[in-house]
Amino acid sequence: MTALLGSGLRLAYGDRVVAEGLDIEVPAGKVSALVGPNACGKSTALRALARLLPPSAGTVLLGGDPIAGLSHRELARRLALLPQSPMAPDGITVRDLVARGRTPHQHWWRQWSRADEQIVEEALAATGTSELADRSLDELSGGQRQRVWIALALAQDTRVLLLDEPTTYLDLAYQVDVLELVAELNHRDGTTVVMVLHDLNQACRYADHLVAMRAGGVVAAGPPAEVVTPDLVREVFGLDCRIITCPVAGTPIVVPEGRPRR
Amino acid sequence: MSVRLPDQPITSRPAGAPGAPGTPPASRRAVRRPGRVGWEVAGLGGIARPRVLGVLAVVLAFAVAGLVASVSIGEFPIPAGDVFRALTGTGGADATLIVRELRLPRALTGLLVGFAFGLAGALMQAVTRNPLASPDLIGISAGASTGGVAAILIGGVTAAGAGSYASVPLGALVGALVAAGVIYTMAFRDGTITGFRFVLVGIGVQGALGALTSWLLARADINEASRAMVWLTGSLNGRGFEHARWAGLALLVTLPVVLALIRPYQLLQYGDDTARALGLPVDRARVALLLASVVLAGVATAAAGPIGFVALAAPQIARRLTGTANLPLLTSGCVGAALMLGADLAARLVLAPLELPVGVVTGAVGAPYLMWLLTRANRIGRAG
Repeated sequence: MTALLGSGLRLAYGDRVVAEGLDIEVPAGKVSALVGPNACGKSTALRALARLLPPSAGTVLLGGDPIAGLSHRELARRLALLPQSPMAPDGITVRDLVARGRTPHQHWWRQWSRADEQIVEEALAATGTSELADRSLDELSGGQRQRVWIALALAQDTRVLLLDEPTTYLDLAYQVDVLELVAELNHRDGTTVVMVLHDLNQACRYADHLVAMRAGGVVAAGPPAEVVTPDLVREVFGLDCRIITCPVAGTPIVVPEGRPRR
Repeated sequence: MSVRLPDQPITSRPAGAPGAPGTPPASRRAVRRPGRVGWEVAGLGGIARPRVLGVLAVVLAFAVAGLVASVSIGEFPIPAGDVFRALTGTGGADATLIVRELRLPRALTGLLVGFAFGLAGALMQAVTRNPLASPDLIGISAGASTGGVAAILIGGVTAAGAGSYASVPLGALVGALVAAGVIYTMAFRDGTITGFRFVLVGIGVQGALGALTSWLLARADINEASRAMVWLTGSLNGRGFEHARWAGLALLVTLPVVLALIRPYQLLQYGDDTARALGLPVDRARVALLLASVVLAGVATAAAGPIGFVALAAPQIARRLTGTANLPLLTSGCVGAALMLGADLAARLVLAPLELPVGVVTGAVGAPYLMWLLTRANRIGRAG
């Protein structure tokens, strides 16, 4: 089962072409990670999958439907996206922010319902942010804030969740915290998750499906244990390395060779 | 609230299933949280914020009090009771004449213009997410000024309003729209506009338009130029019903549109990506709301001249009063109206019997506020 399928995508910002003829597939109900060096087009590919960047050629299918043909509301009911650096008005409370996630399910004549309230409470509980609900977002730590943003995406109640570098700017403990949360949500609800990640080892640990990108194209895709090899890492990142097995999860770990010291 | 069991997925539960464990009885429709009450009646629903409603009522009362005071106070004082009698047609002939023909049009113009400026400021600041993006700072009012001055000089109408007064609002509206179009086009880059770019381009456009207005005035006949100058300072003096009518018409047209767009208005304050992810057609919503702001600012400028700082300050004052994260729309309008009427009263009373243009008072109060805003924006690294 494929949740998202991009084929023949040409992605460009103005005249600057980031990807040409990009094919990308996201399996349903799994956690997928997009990895690759800086400026390889992984965030751009994610934006195209979420229709934030309409491709100038090619199509994206969401559950088999061309994403370009969906209404804004319909798309937001089926796919949630957490941007890289999301913005909120100053002083907004956690509950008010998370409640925004219900927007695609609401109308101007019904901007709140008991069902909405319940789903918001559940999203808060699922992300461990219930106690923070009446606090202002500005007061929270980076890790707490990221949990709240994930709660917002959860309140949208979609089958597909896209996360653009959800661990960037977080301390290591918070990074693990966020990734564990994402894995837990996928495990519990069967939500299809696509993340852009910087850290290859974290991607191997938490993703069922790895998509390695370089220069706007997919180099390899599949389960981390199958696709992550020294050759792939050299091809994608230009790095010599050895692959060892994680003693905790049994997933591949990339250990750089480094350069011999003079 | 019900507590979901850990193994119960969010998506598999029917929304609002009755009889779920812990669901409150159906008769209890409202859910109270600190600062907000969620309500649901007959398929309608929303979130009421008692403090926001309370503040709106108080500010509205201030605006109405300002209106009454503006009509009541003057060289020939009329007690508030007589004002009401004059309005209902049961007062003395003198008072009725003064109230209906002289003072009420002016006060009403002030109320409507202030409301329009407050609303225009809130719309623009929210959509650009920048407290400096106010029509009076970034070239919209300047565009209206240039258009208005051109209309005065070409049409030869008096500042106090003559038969061909309609040319001034039209000129101002066209000027404001052209300025906004130029700013939007120049600030648009990589498929979006950032508030910061919008403000910078707007300040540039403001300068260019100021020069254009000066050039128009310099080559004009001295009498016409001086009439245009009075209008340019921003004044409620000698405003008649024709001015109030234009501002009222602009509000009548734009206010329903703006209220229908209240959700897009709120969502745009979250950043383009988040707003899009939540299902908002961002570009369409932004253009519509900016257009409403420009129309309001343009027509308000036409009625009273480019009165500064009301559009800049009103939304921020309103937000601090309501304590909300979003800029409150209606409260911003009411704060604008109260500010305008208060400033006009001050303009009439401070150096009485000499009367100052209201723009001088708002400028004197607004300039320090702008400086404070700039230093603060610099310190926290935003808005500038």
